[in-house]
Amino acid sequence: MELTIFIITAVISVVSALGVIFNKNVVHSAMFLLAHFLTLAVFYFMLNAQFLGMVQILVYAGAIVVLILFVVMLLGEQLGEDIPRWVTPTNGVLVLLALVLLTIVGTAVVEHPTTGAKGDFTPELIQEHGQAEMIGAVLFTDYILSVQLAGILLLVGIVGVIWLARNENLPVIAGDIPTEEV
Amino acid sequence: MTNLIWLVIALPLAGALFNGIFGRRVGYQVVAKVAPTTVFLAFLVGLGGAFETYARHGEAQLVTLWTWAEIGELNIPISFLVDPLSMTMVLVVTGVGFLIHIYATDYMVHHHHGEVHPDRDFARFFAFLNLFIASMLVLVLGDNYLMMFIGWELVGACSYLLIGFWHDRPDDPQAAIEVEGGESVEVAPLLSPAASGMKAFVVNRIGDVGFALGVFLIWTTFGTLQFDQLFSRIASSAEMYRESALHGDFTVISAIALLLFIGAMGKSAQFLLYVWLPDAMAGPTPVSALIHAATMVTAGVYMIVRSNVIYASAPNVSFFVAVVGAFTSFFAATIALVQVDLKRVLAYSTVSQLGYMFMAVGVGAYTAGIFHLVTHAFFKACLFLAAGSVMHALGDVIDIRRMGGLRKKMPHTAMTFYLGGLALAGFPLTAGFFSKDEILAKAFEYSPLLWGIGIVTAGMTAFYTFRAIFLAFEGEPRDQELYDHAHENRLAVTGPLWILAVLAIFGGLLGLPAPVLHELGIDVPHVMENWLHPIIQEVGHHEEHHPSLTTELILLASSGGLAVISILVAYYFYMINRSIPQTLARSTRPLFALLVNKYYIDELYNTVFVEPALTLSNTMSRGIDQTLIDGIVDGSAYGIAELGKYLSQLQSGFISRYALATFIGVLFLVGYFFLLGQFPNWIN
Amino acid sequence: MIGAVPLSYYLLLSAILFTIGAGGVLIRRNAIIILMCVEMMMNAVNLTFVAFSSYLDSATGQIFVFMIMVVAAVEVAVGLALLVELNRHKEAVNIDEFNSLKG
Repeated sequence: MELTIFIITAVISVVSALGVIFNKNVVHSAMFLLAHFLTLAVFYFMLNAQFLGMVQILVYAGAIVVLILFVVMLLGEQLGEDIPRWVTPTNGVLVLLALVLLTIVGTAVVEHPTTGAKGDFTPELIQEHGQAEMIGAVLFTDYILSVQLAGILLLVGIVGVIWLARNENLPVIAGDIPTEEV
Repeated sequence: MTNLIWLVIALPLAGALFNGIFGRRVGYQVVAKVAPTTVFLAFLVGLGGAFETYARHGEAQLVTLWTWAEIGELNIPISFLVDPLSMTMVLVVTGVGFLIHIYATDYMVHHHHGEVHPDRDFARFFAFLNLFIASMLVLVLGDNYLMMFIGWELVGACSYLLIGFWHDRPDDPQAAIEVEGGESVEVAPLLSPAASGMKAFVVNRIGDVGFALGVFLIWTTFGTLQFDQLFSRIASSAEMYRESALHGDFTVISAIALLLFIGAMGKSAQFLLYVWLPDAMAGPTPVSALIHAATMVTAGVYMIVRSNVIYASAPNVSFFVAVVGAFTSFFAATIALVQVDLKRVLAYSTVSQLGYMFMAVGVGAYTAGIFHLVTHAFFKACLFLAAGSVMHALGDVIDIRRMGGLRKKMPHTAMTFYLGGLALAGFPLTAGFFSKDEILAKAFEYSPLLWGIGIVTAGMTAFYTFRAIFLAFEGEPRDQELYDHAHENRLAVTGPLWILAVLAIFGGLLGLPAPVLHELGIDVPHVMENWLHPIIQEVGHHEEHHPSLTTELILLASSGGLAVISILVAYYFYMINRSIPQTLARSTRPLFALLVNKYYIDELYNTVFVEPALTLSNTMSRGIDQTLIDGIVDGSAYGIAELGKYLSQLQSGFISRYALATFIGVLFLVGYFFLLGQFPNWIN
Repeated sequence: MIGAVPLSYYLLLSAILFTIGAGGVLIRRNAIIILMCVEMMMNAVNLTFVAFSSYLDSATGQIFVFMIMVVAAVEVAVGLALLVELNRHKEAVNIDEFNSLKG
């Protein structure tokens, strides 16, 4: 049962990922991306990481895809990339390279089964305390420095984006009001 | 006062800083008051320290200020040793230094028809002079070899700065010496002050390497540089070292003693490394008096007396010291016989007298060495200052061939020069007589041969001193224009001269030959010996075999008598029958030329060391550095620039190509780690 | 619940998704699509973290994913802002147009 769900979701995930790439319409690509993010959320649920799954839906599917769509809307016509056909020698070589990478990593995964020391973040404990509470407790104790740094990163990102997005060519709003009628 | 002994150093140092920083702004009159005052205050503090030391019966006291460096077992405190020896040196340095400061306040000023012209760099001069006093006090007060070494280097630097004080003056060509009825003898030009300073610095460096190596060897052998710890460690096995050295072994103590002595050879101008001292006379005369006669050059003697345990444990090196000292004294005295430059005569006599001091400490007569150091500081400072007074009056002329009859014009200068000269000559009952005689007596106990060299040198000393005196102050003026120009100097010059002259005559009271006088029924203490007794550690069993009273009296009489006879000979040669020296010079012309040219040692050094070193330096700088090294550096920079031109074409500006390059790089990395099994160890 | 699907399945899936993302970055020229592909690569990595986290009973993997999400959000925001700015100058989002850093 588990395995069946996994396989079906994995197929959807791979297909939507390919769909993002091999699509001439950017809006369609964004829709495939949305689907892709949602399948990942499914995997997170299956992996007993329900909290992250919800965050995945909220941040990726909600915020990021919407942001991308918003920019697509803003830029409008100029998005088109002139693609006469998909099957070209260049693309062939690139796909081959990608397959080489896949082969290498795949071989490594199959040949070297990975193990490690088990931690104390067990499903029983999660049942008892609740996942959000446990992650929150870890985040704000052991990883407080990372949280602070992430906050600073976000702040820097906000400032950077504001600075990038301002348009010095546009006149200030107050100066826009015609004054000849005086 | 003992705990405030650091003030002795701090006061002149503050003076140096004040004069160096504000000296130009506040004007020369303020500088002329500040500089001597700081030294005088230091002298007072030193006097207090000396009295307290006397009250403690000479017991040494350490004054630790702070720890300067602590690296592993090496612990270097900034601390001062207050004991009879250091106090003696402090009093000599600050006392004589103060008088010379006073003298210099007038010497460095020129009076012209009522107008006053201070030297262009009046403030700089006093800043350096104060700095020298502070440095010298670091040398004598430090309670470990590192502090001593720091002072040792600081006084060397001050000496360099002051010799080259008139750095823009050129070489001084010298007139050839006319010999009646024969060919005249060429005299090499005097080096410029800048070159002289450099010569002094470089020659001193050679000795300092030896000193530094000696200090390193002490540290590696005994693990301490503190005098008290070191000396008690050596003293416990001194007998053993002494025995093995006497059996012909070259012990580690011998090596230390020899290396330290190499330092002393440089600083105190002993044979092989003495060549800088005569040229150091290019500095202002107060500098010659203070640094190159009274204090700095005696640092080597001080160092050996301070290290008397080491030298007593190394009789082989002590013997070497005595031989070098005796040879230097004789050698320098022969050169002084024929010099025509008043200051050079005094300079060679300084080398010669330093030789006496080393002979004394070499034969184990440490007290006698310090005694002669003190009296020498008095009379040699007096002589130099008097010579400077003459120079000042004659407008910087120092060639005795152009003087003559100056006694009538400059009575005070002439009288003090006479008194200092008598002391230097060892005229009976002057300070020089007692100190020199004590050295000769000890040398006689050690080896009559050393005594022989010493007594011959003493005769020559008396002769050349009075040769200079008679030529300069007596007879007819040989340069009428100069003579008319001459005048006696002010009180600031003659005052210190008289004080030093009195000290030069009565300084002998510090070390009357007590045993002899005791035998004669007069009980007087040997002040110096009682005073210094605590710092001299006896090594080996000396049977107190004083020579008999007769021998002592004969020795005294012979050295005193020889001095009187030599003075009379000089009087006959230069006052009564002027043709004798000319005849002598003509008949022994090769020897005469050899002496005038100082045995051609400078020329020899130039050919053997200086020229090859310069050639090597030029080769290194032009051939190796400018061509090879610079070629490699410039070439690599040029090559990189050229390479960059080609490589920059790889930067196509197409992001997709960069991405592709990155991807391929990742492929290789992943392939390396995953396929070749080079897993980081956290995976398995 | 866990155990039915072996860990290596997740790792393999993650590898496939990462490769697809990387291939997309190489093949496409449209900056927005490239941005999307980069996001996909990050998600592939996230999947690995979460898989390890739950198989090894450790919270660290999930915390890591959390941080990556923050970085990804900032990255998208800044990246899109850059795009808009570039578009103002060049009237294009094709990355081959932006080659003024040519050596």
